[in-house]
Amino acid sequence: MTTFHATAFTNQATSILTQESWLVSLGLKVALVLGMFLVVPLVGGYLEHKTMARMQDRRGPVEAGPFGTLQLVADGIKFIQKEDIIPRAADRWIFSLAPGLALVPTLLIFAVVPLGPGVFALDLELGLFYALAIGSVSVLGILMGGWASANKFSLIGGLRAGGQLIAYELPLILAAITVAVQAGTLSLVGIVEAQATFMIPGTDINLWFGVPQFVGLAIFFIAAMAELSRPPFDMPIADSELVFGYMTEYSGMKFAMFLLTEYAGMIVMAALITVLYLGGWQPLPGVPLPGCEGTAGLFDCGLVGTLVGVGVMLGKIMAIVFVMVWLRVAYPRLREDQLQRMSWLVLVPLALVNLAVVTVAKVVF
Amino acid sequence: MATTSPPGIGLLKGLGVTIKHLAGRPSTQMYPKERPDLPPRTRGVIALMDENCTVCMLCARECPDWCIYIDSHKESVPAAKEGGRARTRNVLDRFAIDFSLCMYCGICVEVCPFDALWWSPEFEYSEYVMDEMLHEMGRLREWMDTVPPPPGLDDGAVAPAEVAEAIEKAELEQAKAIETAEAADSDDAKPEAKDGGGKSAEAKPKKSDIRVEGGEVDQEVYDQLIAEGKSERMARAKAKAAWVRKEKQRLAEEQSSSDDQTSDTDAADDSEATSDDDASAADDGASADDTDEAADEAAEAKPKKSDIRVEGGEVDQEVYDQLIAEGKSERIARAKAKAAWVRKEKQRIIDEGGDA
Amino acid sequence: MSDLTTRDQVHPGTAPGEDIHLEILGDGDFATADMSLSIGPAHPATHGVFRIVLQMDGERVVDAYPVIGYMHRGFEKLAEHRDYRQIKALVNRHDWLSGFSNELGVALAVEQMLEMEVPERAQWIRMLIAEWNRILNHLMFVGSFAIELGAITPMFYAFREREDIQHLLESATGGRLHFTYNQVGGLKIDLPKGFLRQSMGLSQHVRKRLPDYFDLVLGNEIFQARTKGIGPLPTDVALSYGVTGPALQATGLPEDSRVTEPYLKYGDIDVRVPVGENGDSFDRFSVLLHRIEASLDIIDQIHDHMPAGPVNSKLPKMVKAPEGATYVRTENPLGQLGYWLESDGGRTPWRLKMRTPSFSNVQAIPYLLRGVLVPDAVAVLGSVFFVVGDIDR
Repeated sequence: MTTFHATAFTNQATSILTQESWLVSLGLKVALVLGMFLVVPLVGGYLEHKTMARMQDRRGPVEAGPFGTLQLVADGIKFIQKEDIIPRAADRWIFSLAPGLALVPTLLIFAVVPLGPGVFALDLELGLFYALAIGSVSVLGILMGGWASANKFSLIGGLRAGGQLIAYELPLILAAITVAVQAGTLSLVGIVEAQATFMIPGTDINLWFGVPQFVGLAIFFIAAMAELSRPPFDMPIADSELVFGYMTEYSGMKFAMFLLTEYAGMIVMAALITVLYLGGWQPLPGVPLPGCEGTAGLFDCGLVGTLVGVGVMLGKIMAIVFVMVWLRVAYPRLREDQLQRMSWLVLVPLALVNLAVVTVAKVVF
Repeated sequence: MATTSPPGIGLLKGLGVTIKHLAGRPSTQMYPKERPDLPPRTRGVIALMDENCTVCMLCARECPDWCIYIDSHKESVPAAKEGGRARTRNVLDRFAIDFSLCMYCGICVEVCPFDALWWSPEFEYSEYVMDEMLHEMGRLREWMDTVPPPPGLDDGAVAPAEVAEAIEKAELEQAKAIETAEAADSDDAKPEAKDGGGKSAEAKPKKSDIRVEGGEVDQEVYDQLIAEGKSERMARAKAKAAWVRKEKQRLAEEQSSSDDQTSDTDAADDSEATSDDDASAADDGASADDTDEAADEAAEAKPKKSDIRVEGGEVDQEVYDQLIAEGKSERIARAKAKAAWVRKEKQRIIDEGGDA
Repeated sequence: MSDLTTRDQVHPGTAPGEDIHLEILGDGDFATADMSLSIGPAHPATHGVFRIVLQMDGERVVDAYPVIGYMHRGFEKLAEHRDYRQIKALVNRHDWLSGFSNELGVALAVEQMLEMEVPERAQWIRMLIAEWNRILNHLMFVGSFAIELGAITPMFYAFREREDIQHLLESATGGRLHFTYNQVGGLKIDLPKGFLRQSMGLSQHVRKRLPDYFDLVLGNEIFQARTKGIGPLPTDVALSYGVTGPALQATGLPEDSRVTEPYLKYGDIDVRVPVGENGDSFDRFSVLLHRIEASLDIIDQIHDHMPAGPVNSKLPKMVKAPEGATYVRTENPLGQLGYWLESDGGRTPWRLKMRTPSFSNVQAIPYLLRGVLVPDAVAVLGSVFFVVGDIDR
């Protein structure tokens, strides 16, 4: 097993999308990333619409497409048709660049997120590091949007977003580092594989990292919600206070890009949580995918195994999205200072303790 | 999450409430597909029964928004009887309600003394152009088909005096009608001829005593209206009305062809004829049809001279002769003599004890 | 919020961050300027065209200036040109969430001037509808206050109940918001058949649904963290501003016209007045929720008392209040509503002065907002409970 670790660390896993012809590989990989970037968030958005509606005794979208499934597509078409308004006092260039800058990092993260056994565009050795580093660039777009709108509500929203994202970057990274320490790798594929082979010391029972690191899981989840400005941490948007925060002055496609950032961000974070804590594409702890028995669910598992793996992964992502929506439905929003206090006084110390405990355990066992 | 304390039971309860509702049934009414169930008193749109309108202008004057427009002209009606005089009456030319101004307070419906205005729960008449919110007489008349019967009153309620009286009268009449019908043993005219008991209190005093049971829909009319692009609800209401009209026509024909008519139906037909001729003829309070209005008037103002209507336009011959002798023109003499006769007649009625 | 653009028009070339009107605090590199933030007249937190200008240091409110009058519709003047029947269609529109209670006030005032005896049954029905109206109003604020704190769900639950209640009231009055059911001397028409049975059933139903609000909002730790100790209002300050209704009761003073000065038949039944302790946002909301329960109790009592009989009295064709003046106060859902009615004996009032609860309640807002953060400002605004039409009239 240790030898396997070593190989995984030095040799990256190859994607099943890598073909003889580089052109075909490129096409497949771009299709995968764009698919995850454009389609999965729509599914997540639909799930949000429907779940929220049913929890609130409503029906949600029903008209656009069967059971309203095409609602978000229809929204997209509407956004394209809308007039693109730039306030006169706004800083035109920064105002226009901001949504793109917020959106692109999310797209880039999808390049390293594995969706199933061998289904990923790229397995970076520093995958986790890359994902977290790129992810924090988004805040720049939000700050730019808030500043350039020449609107005090936008400005306050942008500043809140900046403060919030910086505060929650720390617990997020600390929690992620703890996983990396336990897995012994920064590669996202490697982390999944490490979970498939992690046994309770002295026994034969396989466990995902979410169980020994439940504190880390909670911290990562809360920090991810705050990072995404999802309710109950949606102070940067806070529609009853700041109208719509940094998005107040945006309309049309630019607004749609901010929205897509939010939904794609939800998917990214849900995927990271799945990969880091919930065993990636493994159906259950210790249960390998059909056709993958020998390879611990890491590489080529055949068509059925791969498809089941992707399905399991998507299912877990959607389950996490469901929990995020659930919290949105059930809770009011916190105040910015309460949020900051929670981050610095509760989550960061907890994450440090968690890191210390896991590190010690790793050395001892 | 009181700043530093760990999340407590309240957070879990919140999750519990929402997940409970996830399993529940949504309370949304799928409006255009599912029709709202509106109570009969709903103030949706104002319908006009123009036959009842006497152009008294009360509604237009009481309207806080002044959104009712009424035009009328005077018309002389030839004398109803030999030797009578021609009378003038107001004819309604235009009755329009501007629903873009209307604030749905219901005062016009409340003040209308002749039940010409009604509330209907219908509400689907929004327009793209504001001018089209001005509903003219024809459109207002169409709403009449959608007016539901008023709901019964609560058990603890006291029926208004005039209604109670009318109900009592109607019941008596009904009993009489059944008696006569049974005596005549005519199975054709029986069900149609009898007046629908308590309903008379609220019933439209309009067409005839013939009641049609059941509410079938005239499919032909319905299809035609749908083809014209009317809403389903509107088409249904109109088609139903068309069916009722047809049915009444049929029953009336049947009745007139049958030999053994009861005297009751005769009276009813007569009164119908008169009320068609003269809308304001509440005078002949004896006929069953006009019971309500007569009762109404009796209840409202008993001893006031001005409220007593005197039928016919006879001339006080004595006065006439005297005036002619005084050298007045024939026209003036006739008018004054007539007025004198009316005065006398009223005095006589009051002396007799008030009730018309 | 157009301040920046306006300034840009007046002083072209000014950078968007600078604010030339405000005083500079501190010196050197640490100099900061206060920012003025105009919340409203069209802002999600003001539900109406209410405007409040916040003078802010960062996110902290230094001072607050409410600007009212955007929705002035001249009701008091209009009423001088409306007869008493038309007025009732007018007054149920100034506080559009408590239409019935408003028209009730006017009807009581005219009846008082005419020294008219209103039939028993009419009085009990008036109470019944007024209490349902109170619940309608409170449910609205339960939902909107939660929305202001970022919880969207209670609004939907509240509207589900509101829908049921409105349907019930519509079956009797024909209206869902503007009932126009009162008339001088009683009611326009008696209740329809089956109304009381439905009313009883609905009262049970709403009672069963109430725990949802307690669990989802009142018991929630985030909600408590956001509202406890925010915008506390001492009783004496509240009284000096003329604050009434739930906002006053939250300060611990059980002042309620239904108890202290019973009108209609409130003296014959047991009216519970829930009170708070500190008068903060949490207490105000908690009092509001408990008032719904108290109103349901009253409704149940009314069902037991409902007598039979007529609901209106004989009236002349044109109601004319005799010369003189009167003042009638009623406990509207938002607080004490007073009508000063002065008549010169004509068919219209000579003067109808309205003392509306919302107007008095918002007077306390600058006091409450000084020193709080913007999110708390919204929590305070949401918990003072006002209807903009009721402020501006």
